[in-house]
Amino acid sequence: MKIDRRKFIKFTGLTAIGLAGTPAARAFTGEDSLLVNEAGRQPSVENPLTAKRWAMVINLKKCIAQDGCTKCIDACHTVHNVPDFGNPKDEIKWIWKESFEHAFHEQEHEFINEALKHAPTLVFCNHCDNPPCVRVCPTQATWKREEDGIVMMDWHRCIGCRYCVVACPYGSRSFNWRDPRPFIKELHPDFPTRVRGVVEKCTFCEERLARGLMPACVEACPEKAMVFGDLEDADSEVRELLRNNYTIRRKPSLGTMPEIYYII
Amino acid sequence: MYDSGKVITGIIVFLIIITFPVWYNVARGKANYVPELEYPVDTGRCVADSAYIRAYHMDLLNTWRDQVVREGIRVYRAADGRTFEMSLSNTCMNCHQSKENFCDKCHDYLSVSPYCWDCHIDPKELKR
Repeated sequence: MKIDRRKFIKFTGLTAIGLAGTPAARAFTGEDSLLVNEAGRQPSVENPLTAKRWAMVINLKKCIAQDGCTKCIDACHTVHNVPDFGNPKDEIKWIWKESFEHAFHEQEHEFINEALKHAPTLVFCNHCDNPPCVRVCPTQATWKREEDGIVMMDWHRCIGCRYCVVACPYGSRSFNWRDPRPFIKELHPDFPTRVRGVVEKCTFCEERLARGLMPACVEACPEKAMVFGDLEDADSEVRELLRNNYTIRRKPSLGTMPEIYYII
Repeated sequence: MYDSGKVITGIIVFLIIITFPVWYNVARGKANYVPELEYPVDTGRCVADSAYIRAYHMDLLNTWRDQVVREGIRVYRAADGRTFEMSLSNTCMNCHQSKENFCDKCHDYLSVSPYCWDCHIDPKELKR
């Protein structure tokens, strides 16, 4: 086969583009996106992400527009070894969808926008500034980390009394009624599973932040509808969004001061 | 003493029965049994010297657990200045290839049952 100069240059150019594009494409499509952070650094405990007060802003408009998308839920439940028992009685959930009228029943009213009323609203642990679950825990298995405000879980210490499940006004906590391990589809070795008799919930991906990675849900969201950042930093993206948009929180009247904000 | 013959015979029979496992193992030549553990191919890289690890690995792991979970400290600085991520699954099990022939074998021999692996995952076990 004879190749003239023109063709040769075309092929070389295309090959170069292809080679350069492969890692980027893999980062967007494959599981590598869960391993490499935005700056392209290798995840390492040497360079963690830190903040004075972690918070999340969820753009519900963007989220609702992606009808039936469960990418954030799948990503979270995969990396955290969340079991699927296949029945709602035993269900374990870290992040899930609730209809707007249930998630925000204080804001809901009879004549509310019909589309919004049943809109699937993303909910998870609010990492409250004044967390009622922490107050009731008899063993301090759950506590608020003073340095960055994350409401942590220590599964070594949880005795399964379920006071926190009752205290949480958002239903963010699930109890392991059965041994979860046989019900985990794909074991993820970087994160422990739980045992029967402990309570679990979202931890703002504390273990990923410690490696310099954004939370799994934030990374997985194709619409960038979830924005995670430092509430104490006036120049952060979350503060920018809170400044420029009207935002609501779940059940503000309870005084728990949730740190998940919703743009509606 | 009444019936001293019967009582003393009884005591001797009792002692023989109660020490039976010891005699049995001596008779079978297993008195000096020590489990043979599978050590990492690449030795000398452990976070501490083996005498310390042998005696205090459970304390070390408990300290690691508390520091990682409760205090958010994840980097362990060894006595000789090397740094490690404090992680059972990722640091220890990187070198110790076999949970069955290392952890379990010794724990079984000593009849202790730590519950580390109820939650933590042995990465090698996963591949099988």
